[in-house]
Amino acid sequence: MSDIKSITEIEEEIVDDFSLFDTWDEKYEYIIDMGKKLKPLEDEHKKDENKIKGCQSTVWMVSELKDGKVYYRAESDAVIVKGLVSMLIRVLSGHEPKEIIDAKLDFIDKIGMKQHLAQTRSNGLLSMVKQMKLDATVYLAQQASKN
Amino acid sequence: MSTTALHIAFDVDQVRRHFPILKREVKGKPLVYFDNAATTQKPVEVIDALTSYYQYFNANIHRGIHSLAEEATAAYEATRDTVQQFINAKQREEIIFTRGVTESINLVAYTWARINLKAGDEIIISGMEHHSNIVPWQLIAEMTGATLKVIPVDDNGELMMDEFHKLLNEKAKLVSVVHASNSLGTINPVKEIIDAAHKVGAIVMLDGAQSTVHLDIDVQELDCDFFAISSHKVYGPTGIGVLYGKRALLEAMPPFMGGGEMIKDVTFEKTTWNELPYKFEAGTPNIADTVALKAAIDFVQRIGKKQIRLHEEELLRYATKELQNIDGIRLIGQAKNKVSVASFVVEGVHPQDLGILLDNQGVAVRTGHHCTQPLMNRFGIPGTTRASFAMYNTKDEIDVMIAGLHKAIKLLR
Repeated sequence: MSDIKSITEIEEEIVDDFSLFDTWDEKYEYIIDMGKKLKPLEDEHKKDENKIKGCQSTVWMVSELKDGKVYYRAESDAVIVKGLVSMLIRVLSGHEPKEIIDAKLDFIDKIGMKQHLAQTRSNGLLSMVKQMKLDATVYLAQQASKN
Repeated sequence: MSTTALHIAFDVDQVRRHFPILKREVKGKPLVYFDNAATTQKPVEVIDALTSYYQYFNANIHRGIHSLAEEATAAYEATRDTVQQFINAKQREEIIFTRGVTESINLVAYTWARINLKAGDEIIISGMEHHSNIVPWQLIAEMTGATLKVIPVDDNGELMMDEFHKLLNEKAKLVSVVHASNSLGTINPVKEIIDAAHKVGAIVMLDGAQSTVHLDIDVQELDCDFFAISSHKVYGPTGIGVLYGKRALLEAMPPFMGGGEMIKDVTFEKTTWNELPYKFEAGTPNIADTVALKAAIDFVQRIGKKQIRLHEEELLRYATKELQNIDGIRLIGQAKNKVSVASFVVEGVHPQDLGILLDNQGVAVRTGHHCTQPLMNRFGIPGTTRASFAMYNTKDEIDVMIAGLHKAIKLLR
């Protein structure tokens, strides 16, 4: 399992993967491929309360806390967003809430995909990151109140 | 194939030289700019007008006695004359400067409609309106108790005029429709709408955001009561636009905003309004952009609206033909009369993915609902990919887009 690796280490792995690509075409081909491979979310989860709506595309996301670690699953109606979402899951899923909250996620900038986080794109990815961190914050608060 | 073959006087290469931005690259590819319905690029004449205003005669207008103020005032007011002539308004006082179509519509909503509408009255709009020609009326309807009625759109993206005539009765006080649709390109039969509305005593406002750049606008011949223009869609600067209104209506309307410039006399007991058009131009206006708008209109008129239209029509015909060859494509908006907008969806492909991959090829298109969500719902789609053409676009650029589409679709499916 990848959960022995830290978020930063996984981010570095992705940056290394992308350094192999010379062109934007190759980068997007890779992202689309990851989007297509992302395990679809069951229809029961595709409801309004799990919706992270952007201006153009929609993301559905669910999370759970298991043995002190947060696990995410998500899907989008647009393939490129789905690919980016798949990367976010690879980076963040399976880590402790505190590590997720503190994650800088600068790999997105390093692989040249920063524009997808920009406000102008309004495609739900930025909201997705916020939601993932928000979920982690809620789990952290739950843990704190139990202790 | 040369795009200039059919019209000797129109040389697209020559036209392109006026637009510095067209020389730039995007993602290492030459820019192909097909988002003209959102905003057009600016010719060097407009950019020069902006910089020379700030370099040589920047001053506040109408009040100053010094030379700079006089020159700035003259340039600002010269744009009013140019706009008047451009849309053939009867008087220069009927040309009000606003920030654009959105503000023009809101001005009419919050002045004319707010005081003239009451419970039981009806406002008629159409099913292909931009949100800016829906929301202001919803707000006014809520304030006054008036009701909003909607002219439905058929499968080709044309207004169902039979339904319009059925909707129209003495309760209708205002009809506000888009002259040419930003999402579909449809040119609406506005003359028929205006004549019918006037027969029942309703006034008509036209959203000219898309039409002004493509069609000849003659507000006297149309006999519309209000007409709204955005400069940035007519090769001019952003942040400036026009509201044309018939003088009698404008005279009877209360001011929109209070402040300097729009008053005659101010005392704490009573303030009297300045005359038209200044009654509606409170505060220091957007002088620089207004001055540069004249340069934009002059440029369009020098190239020739008819020439531009012929060129754009040819581009639209060519793009439509090429697009139809793409497997699984559905053109949204197939009206008989269209401005140069090609909107489409591709089966099994999200418009946003297409937009991102086309951008990767240097091709700028618009994807999404184009601020016309009710229209998208009518077609049962979340949005479209939209290519919209301007005077500087070429068939070669369309070929680049088509090749980009083939490549993108192959990757995405």
